[in-house]
Formats: sequence, structure tokens, C-alpha cells
Amino acid sequence: MEGAEDIRKHVRIYIAVFVALAALTIITVGLSYLELPGFWHIGFALIVATIKGALVACYFMHLISEKTIIYAVLALCVLFFVFLMYLPTATSSF
Amino acid sequence: MEIPYAVKPHPVTGVANGKLGIWLFLASEVMLFGALFSSYILLRVGADVWPHGRDLGLSIPLATLNTMVLIASSVTMVMSWASLKMNNFGKFRLYLAITVLLAFVFLGVKAVEYTEKFEHHHFPGTNTFFAIYFTLTGLHGLHVLGGIIVNSYLLLPGSKMWKKDPDRLTNRVEYAGLYWHFVDLVWIFLFPVLYLL
Repeated sequence: MEGAEDIRKHVRIYIAVFVALAALTIITVGLSYLELPGFWHIGFALIVATIKGALVACYFMHLISEKTIIYAVLALCVLFFVFLMYLPTATSSF
Repeated sequence: MEIPYAVKPHPVTGVANGKLGIWLFLASEVMLFGALFSSYILLRVGADVWPHGRDLGLSIPLATLNTMVLIASSVTMVMSWASLKMNNFGKFRLYLAITVLLAFVFLGVKAVEYTEKFEHHHFPGTNTFFAIYFTLTGLHGLHVLGGIIVNSYLLLPGSKMWKKDPDRLTNRVEYAGLYWHFVDLVWIFLFPVLYLL
């Protein structure tokens, strides 16, 4: 059970994560205006989005310190999600 | 009748039943949005030419504003939960009220965007890009609306639970927060995919 002092430490982390998310949003918008080659254009945007998503999941959703059963549920979910994302590109040549 | 393991962790899973329930629900939500993202990829790789959102009139400044609004609402949501953990009921209500307000701001900006599209005769049937744009943003908007309903309940009638069962209310706010952060997370990917790429 976390005490009030632990929660205060969390609050400082939440503020830091907010600043990081805002900064990454500005970076991703800025990068989109640079005329980068197609692969880098898409790659950078998705990498920044993944970092932002990981920050939200790890700190706001507390996945950085969650119980095993929750990780097990999400591992199965990620497996199917990756399959879903791979499916269109794998079948696009048919 | 008392609902078992609403506060205490279940001896088998190690978490309260509500927490396992909300994560299973979120896993199903990942599959729902995953199927639509998969459709987006299929449409994009199958198209001869795929337009940039900005070339079709999508507003990057408005979408950036909405991204900031949702990120800020995620912070206020988690702060409302943290306030309950620190036994500060007043701040809990303040932060949750700001979260609901920011959610309305998000929908308001989205309404402005939609109106502008309709004025230019851009509808879901106009082309493949707008079909997937309206489907993804429309479904996401419905999720924002769902979050407003849940958070408004917790802010007004639901908060009465604080007097008789504060731990249970704290858990409820945590679960509502997990849903709300997921809605934010989906937008974090929708924003570059639809507006920037």
C-alpha cells in the first residue's frame, strides 16, 4: 500500500511526463514539416508516437509496476495486435 | 449483497476484480481499434496514391491543440486519483471537473473540424481517406463521450461513496482513469497517422 509521500513522488513524475509528452508533440509536428524521404517521414512519426504511448502506459496507467496477471493479459493482446498490423502488408501482394 | 474483492486483491489474481475487468475490456478495445488501424494500412498500401491529410484540408494546428488538450486531461485525471490517495477530496473534484471540461473542449474542437469538412462537401463517402478518417475519429469521439459520462458520474452522484467507502471510490476513479488514458493513447497514434503522414 502506497503512502501519501509515495504519491507525492508520483505527482512529480506525472508533471515531468506531461512536459515530455508536450515536447514530443511539438517535435513530431515540426518533423512533419521537414520534407524527409517517405520511410524516415513515417518512421520518425511512428517512433515518437510509440515513445509517447509508452510514457502514458508506463506512468499514467502504472504499467511500470503492475501485477503479473495484467502483463499476461496484455502480452496476449499485443500478440494479436502485432498480427493484425502485419496482416495487411503480408497479404498486399496477393 | 457485497461485491467480493472490490477493494482487496483477489487471492488468485493478486488484483481487485475491477482492475482485471477494466484491463480485459481495454484489451478488447485494442482489438477494436487495431482492426481499424489494420484496415487503414490495407487501404493505404493498396492505394496508388495516398494524400496527406493537410492537402485535403485537415488542420494540423487544431489537431495539435486537441492533442495537448487530451494530454493535459490525462494529467488532471491521474491527479484526481492521486488526490484521493492523499485524502484530499476537494482537489479530487477539482481535477476531475477539469478533466471533464477538457474532454468537452476536445469534442468542441472536433465539431469545428467536422463542420469545416462538411462545408467543403467532404463526407465519409467522398473518398477512401475520408471514409477511414471519419470512422477512426468518429469512434474515438464516441469514446471521449463515454469518458465524459463516466467521469461526470464519478464527479457528481458517484462521489457520495467517499463518505462510506473511500477505498472503493478511489479504485473506481483509478479504473475510469485507465479508460481515459487509453482514449488519450489512441489519439496519440491517430494524430500522426491521419494528420501528419
